[in-house]
Amino acid sequence: MSWLEVSGVDVHYGRIQALRGLSFGVDQGEIVSLLGNNGAGKSTTLNMLSGILRPTAGTVTWQGEDLAKVPPHDLVARGIVQVPEGRRIFSTMKVEENLLLGGYRVSNTKLIAQRIDMVYDMMPRLKERRNQEGGTLSGGEQQMLAIGRALISEPQLLLLDEPSMGLAPLMVREVMNIINQVNATGTTVLIVEQNAKAALRIANRAYVLETGSVTLSGPASELAKDPRVVEAYLGTD
Amino acid sequence: MTQVLIDGLFLGCVYALIALGYSMVYGIIKLLNFAHGDIFMFGAMIAFTMLTAVPGLQSAGIVAVFGVLILSMFLTGGTGVLIEAVAYKPLRSAPRLSLLITAVGMSFVLEYGVKQFWGSKSITWPQWAQMGAGSIPIFDGTITISRLVLMAVSIALMVGLGFYINGTRQGRAMRAIALDQRASTLMGVDVNRTISLVFFIGSALAGAAGVMFGMYYGAIGFMMGFLLGLKAFTAAVIGGIGNMYGAMLGGLTLGLIERTTVYFCNGDDSWKDVVSFGLLILFLTLRPTGILGDRVVERM
Amino acid sequence: MASATIAPALKQPAWTNDRNVLRVLAIVFVVFVYVLPLIDDSTKTMDFMTKAMIYVFLGMGLNVVVGYAGLLDLGYIAFYAIGAYTCGILTQAFHIPQWAAVPGVVVACIIAGIIIGGPTLRLRSDYLAIVTLGFGEIIRVTARNLTIDAPDGSPMVRGPSGMANIEQWSFGGWSFTDGLNIGGMFIREQVIFYYFVTTIALVLGVFGISRLANGRLGRAWKAVRDDEDAAEAMGINTYTTKITAYIIGAVWAGLAGQLSATQQLSIAPTSFEFLFSALILMAVVIGGMGSTPGVVLGAMFVSLVPNLLRNYEWAENRYLYFGILLVVVMLFRPKGFWPATDILPWSSEKIHKWLTARKAAKAGKDLIATEEDTYE
Repeated sequence: MSWLEVSGVDVHYGRIQALRGLSFGVDQGEIVSLLGNNGAGKSTTLNMLSGILRPTAGTVTWQGEDLAKVPPHDLVARGIVQVPEGRRIFSTMKVEENLLLGGYRVSNTKLIAQRIDMVYDMMPRLKERRNQEGGTLSGGEQQMLAIGRALISEPQLLLLDEPSMGLAPLMVREVMNIINQVNATGTTVLIVEQNAKAALRIANRAYVLETGSVTLSGPASELAKDPRVVEAYLGTD
Repeated sequence: MTQVLIDGLFLGCVYALIALGYSMVYGIIKLLNFAHGDIFMFGAMIAFTMLTAVPGLQSAGIVAVFGVLILSMFLTGGTGVLIEAVAYKPLRSAPRLSLLITAVGMSFVLEYGVKQFWGSKSITWPQWAQMGAGSIPIFDGTITISRLVLMAVSIALMVGLGFYINGTRQGRAMRAIALDQRASTLMGVDVNRTISLVFFIGSALAGAAGVMFGMYYGAIGFMMGFLLGLKAFTAAVIGGIGNMYGAMLGGLTLGLIERTTVYFCNGDDSWKDVVSFGLLILFLTLRPTGILGDRVVERM
Repeated sequence: MASATIAPALKQPAWTNDRNVLRVLAIVFVVFVYVLPLIDDSTKTMDFMTKAMIYVFLGMGLNVVVGYAGLLDLGYIAFYAIGAYTCGILTQAFHIPQWAAVPGVVVACIIAGIIIGGPTLRLRSDYLAIVTLGFGEIIRVTARNLTIDAPDGSPMVRGPSGMANIEQWSFGGWSFTDGLNIGGMFIREQVIFYYFVTTIALVLGVFGISRLANGRLGRAWKAVRDDEDAAEAMGINTYTTKITAYIIGAVWAGLAGQLSATQQLSIAPTSFEFLFSALILMAVVIGGMGSTPGVVLGAMFVSLVPNLLRNYEWAENRYLYFGILLVVVMLFRPKGFWPATDILPWSSEKIHKWLTARKAAKAGKDLIATEEDTYE
């Protein structure tokens, strides 16, 4: 069994079924990417992993433990942290405060301060703007802030929902570099993306989602060459 | 004129304490807790009962009064949490209208529940708990010691709240939830628990205001929450709803304006309410975000 | 095991059709209401029932605002007061008969509706609730302090004492106070008034509003209530839709105020408390928001129950129970006792099925019993 094992998961929004028998796995230390178009169920998957949605069928096992009954705020304490779609930073709070909030479940304030410094080292632009309100940052900076915020709790599994959305290509590259760096320090990454090209460049393995189930899977390098993936998601370049 | 200022500031402190609860709850779950004013009244009532039920309490003097104040705050806070759990939480995903109507219902339950147990007549606050009549002259006005002490207490509470909201982890979490509930959950914040905490704090402050009101005015009644609740709401709107400093500023402003109105009407206080509500409507029409407004009041 | 033979299902009996049942109930209600004075025309009963019918009328008006358009108006009493005072002032200052004051009442309420609704209907529903409440209070305070003298100098509106000697309805020289002689039977003022109010409540209130609700305006209200943004996208001007509902509600309340003033023959500012607004709201909410039969029932419930329970001590706290009832209804049956979407609060068909099933089960058991007997 993988370190994170999702097996036969269904998720319903009322009567609408968003995930059907979803099964995939993530091993510790990997970067795994979930690809797919809008409505494929990518965000639903992450929200399910974060405990915001509950599976109506199937199991989610992490490090051997069933996550079904764990409330979302406790999952964060255990080490699964999500960087949500659209950044969702706290716009009227300063950058520093956003980061502090990331440490909500960390009891040791010194540790929080240390980790904030670490984030500033990784993303100097944030340090420059530490006393600015989050809402005044550019899209890319907000994305970095969102990631930085998630890192304060030193997650074991970092979930990213469409980090490249709305960003210029140069910014996308920078964000993906940061994600790589994060992974290099030992954090396992599950990244959901419509921008398959950027995702496949940093991922070890990838899964393709269509209408709630996995249709393709394999090492990233192979999928990047797979004609089906190229046609549907990589477009003309 | 100085007297008007002094009186206005005192009244303003009472309004501010109640307005804070309104504002905090609104900020976090976008609900105008219609029953909030009645919680203020309830605080006064239980404090009164504690003061009169325990024999010999009088001998403890001011210590007893403060003890009762603190206990009353706790009990009122708990009541607020209970109301939230029973009547508001189950309706979190229901249409707005249902929630508002429930709040109206809760208001009735508090008002007439209190009437059931404490009667409908005006209740006189025990003399000994009114902190004496000594006064200090300030410029051309005077302020009684009791009022001074009470104002100091309310300012202390407000300052304390300010530190809490701005400087602590929990306070930050509250502000975060007001901005983005989903993101807060993803940071590990237990939103339900935090909302309950907000209700606790807001209600406790209202309870404190109730005790102070009783101590100062000497008489309380089961319907007093109704009008004061409305005034506190007005104060919150004037200052900027959802904003803690707004509630404080709005409260003080309203208190001053009210006293000034009475002054200009030569002591006739029948029109001060009309002026207050007129202000409310004025602000809601022209500047719904209030003086310190930082959040836009969306339509429905 | 014996196999019970059940007769093949025939065409369902008429009583299982919800619409039929509703029609019958409505007819029974109307008949009852009209026949009542022939059974009991005591002052107490007439007073009771007249008040109840005024409540029904008020309930239908508030139903338009809250039930159809979804606006929480907590200051409904304001328009009621405006209607009462307007008719009083017009009839006393200008010596016109009550019916001539009706247009005045309507106009006054339209104006008030525009003044109050104008700015507030742009706000969030929470704000609307409290602001309308504030308006209700403003009107109450103003009424208490209002003193106006008649053109001839005599006191007319007397502040906290309100107004006295309100003129009864009269048509061409004949006033209700004169009574009516029909085929040897003398019908006194109170009974005439009761019939008058009842007819207005049923015709204008119930049928009038139903017509509106089923028309284009009613559909616009429903669209706005369900999803305001979607309604805008469909081209509905949500603001005018809401204001129209609000003003219709205002006019209704004003007319109810006039009816009330002519029932009491006086106007007292003490009756314009928030409690009154809340009670009518409860009638609408508990009865069934947006549901005509629901609101009728709710209004009768809210006006009659406190009266009927007056003699019981525990009923001292009827408002406490109302409050609890309101919370309970919102938690468990938010659409009200008689939801607008249901023809009846129950399903006659389901009852029929249940009864049939029970009969069949019983029939099966009987057959088993006889078989066992023969085996023995």
